[in-house]
Amino acid sequence: MSWIDNRFEEGLIVTSLDWAINWGRTSSIWPMTFGLACCAIEMMAVGASRFDIDRFGAGAFRATPRQSDLMIVAGTVTYKMASRLKRLYNQMPDPKYVIAMGACTVGGGPYFKHGYHVVKGVDLVVPVDFYVPGCPPRPEALLEGLMRLQDKILHQTRAKDPMSRVRAEVLAK
Amino acid sequence: MAPEEICIILTGEFGDGVVDTVLDACRPYAVVRVDGWSDIARFLRDDGRMRFNMLQCVTALDLLEDNKLAAVYDLFSVPVVGVGPCATLRQHFAIRVEVDRDAPHIPSVSGIWPAAEWHEREAYDMMGIVFDDHPNLTRILCPDDWEGYPLRKDYEFPLEYHGIPATTEHQLNSPRH
Repeated sequence: MSWIDNRFEEGLIVTSLDWAINWGRTSSIWPMTFGLACCAIEMMAVGASRFDIDRFGAGAFRATPRQSDLMIVAGTVTYKMASRLKRLYNQMPDPKYVIAMGACTVGGGPYFKHGYHVVKGVDLVVPVDFYVPGCPPRPEALLEGLMRLQDKILHQTRAKDPMSRVRAEVLAK
Repeated sequence: MAPEEICIILTGEFGDGVVDTVLDACRPYAVVRVDGWSDIARFLRDDGRMRFNMLQCVTALDLLEDNKLAAVYDLFSVPVVGVGPCATLRQHFAIRVEVDRDAPHIPSVSGIWPAAEWHEREAYDMMGIVFDDHPNLTRILCPDDWEGYPLRKDYEFPLEYHGIPATTEHQLNSPRH
């Protein structure tokens, strides 16, 4: 939720404004420079010329969470790292998205049973929008996850949630 | 110098300080008493026949059946140009120190080989061996507030850490091998 969300009545100006804003957001998803383990190598491959994440407007890896829209959690999240990861997520401005890349971040992966130090899925720490399985995932898989994220952003709206009034009434009772 | 000769010299110098010598291992080693380990370490580094000027690694062992912990120090004599006979030494040897699991105290050798400092911190972090007189014996890999020593054979997993649930399989807190 950012400053412009949830402000306009449905059908007022939002139809075209939605399209414009979603187009802008979709075409400039800036990820954070943030790699934790071997998945980060594949993420770097995605950023390099052969796979070229810049084709999707998401090649501007920012060195600070305050300029990023997307956190690609690429690699094993340990308990020691979890608090740092949560702090980085909290420092990102809205709207912000998270892609869990690789088996470790999806659910502990190879460390699920014997890894005393590994968080069993990064969704226990931060909310995740898309899961990209693989160990590590191919660069094409990460690009697929990015495209699904673009689909999600394209269907967002600035309109009030039509159910929010109903929910408020229910809560008032 | 052959490992047999190193063992003979060590036994001659320290007598009871050397508990056992194992020569048929892939890397021969001597088991030494924990209270004489500092003197033996200094001897191994400074004696002209030894000149073990490099500590390659420290290995920690959990001997659960014997209720003991052990540390193995792998030594090597790096040739130093112009310093004594060590230009021709290039020898390997290992020292094993065994301690009781209930009070695992070993004197630190970080004053003798500075490389031991981080190795000993890691052995402390993972196995809980306490190295006395270490300049900074804190955990090196795990968070400072971690409970237990993860590589011990009877270690139990945490089921929760700072609010993050650690769902191991069937809620077991140790792996069933």
